[in-house]
Amino acid sequence: MTDTAVDAAVDAHDDHHPSDLFYLKIAAILALFTAFEVGTYFVEDSVPRWFLFLSLTVLMIIKFVMVAAYFMHLKYDTPWFRYLFIGGLVLAIGVYTIFFLAFDLFGLG
Amino acid sequence: MQTLRLMLLTKEPPLADSKLSEATPAEATETVTEHTVEHGTTTGISNNKLLMWAFLGSECLLFGALISTYLLYKERFNDFAANLAPFEQDGRNIGPRFGGEDGEGVFDIPFTSISSFILLGSSLTMVLALSAIRRSEYRSFRIWTLTTAALGSVFIAGQIYEFTEFVEKGLGYSTNIFGSAFFTLTGFHGVHVSIGIVMLLATYIMHKQGRLNSDKAETVEIVGLYWHFVDVVWILIFTIVYLFPQ
Repeated sequence: MTDTAVDAAVDAHDDHHPSDLFYLKIAAILALFTAFEVGTYFVEDSVPRWFLFLSLTVLMIIKFVMVAAYFMHLKYDTPWFRYLFIGGLVLAIGVYTIFFLAFDLFGLG
Repeated sequence: MQTLRLMLLTKEPPLADSKLSEATPAEATETVTEHTVEHGTTTGISNNKLLMWAFLGSECLLFGALISTYLLYKERFNDFAANLAPFEQDGRNIGPRFGGEDGEGVFDIPFTSISSFILLGSSLTMVLALSAIRRSEYRSFRIWTLTTAALGSVFIAGQIYEFTEFVEKGLGYSTNIFGSAFFTLTGFHGVHVSIGIVMLLATYIMHKQGRLNSDKAETVEIVGLYWHFVDVVWILIFTIVYLFPQ
């Protein structure tokens, strides 16, 4: 195999790891979302509560997924890591949803 | 031999099961052998990374428990606020962000927001440190690693200041059940950040001693995974504890 071919393979490998510019873009988006979240604090008297809860929850989830997918490389790594992490997450959500139901935190009676 | 050289150079991720099933037995054996050489494991997956991900999965349960406990007891803030300043403003319930002597509760959202931006920024510097060591750009790696540790330290300093302010306003760990839940949750997170700082400094020292270079970039990646996890947990805490309206 020629050196050119090896270089091409190395370049192909680099595709698995985004460039620094890409990480900067992700960080900028995260900062923008965070700024929007913080902004809700200053306008919460003039915005319906349901809208605040909804928008904050959606932004929180998007930020969580973006950090996990791009900064933690879950998007690029073997799916087994994804299964482990999401498995723990789903287990936690399941267990504590039951916990909330047991303590009637949702006010269902 | 050339194939092996290429594999070591590219560090190609393990083939998916579907790809393995499509391969002939000879190709599959060759692939498994190559990845075994790469990571020294029969699965082709790094045991260290696998262990870190399993640990992070279990951490989801730990922080899930702490956040759930906080949500369960957050309404018990009223006991504290009633002692401090027994009034309601505009018919709103008194909470961490309303009531108290100045009517603004104990939380200082603008201050905590700056801390959040700092921690978020540290995730960027962490990933840049990993990127740098993979490219063998060691000076950049050292700068980004130390920057990440410094940003984490600023976050911790901010948290200590915040806790001191809360105690001065009358909310301590044992003031009421809200205080216990709040300090346990944010305190545990702070301890995780502190451990992350120690890990970053250890990484830096190992590199200075010549024991960490681009061949062992996975060590930095594992430290980075922990650091980013601490960041995603803060994303949840910041929204649920500080930003959700009372």
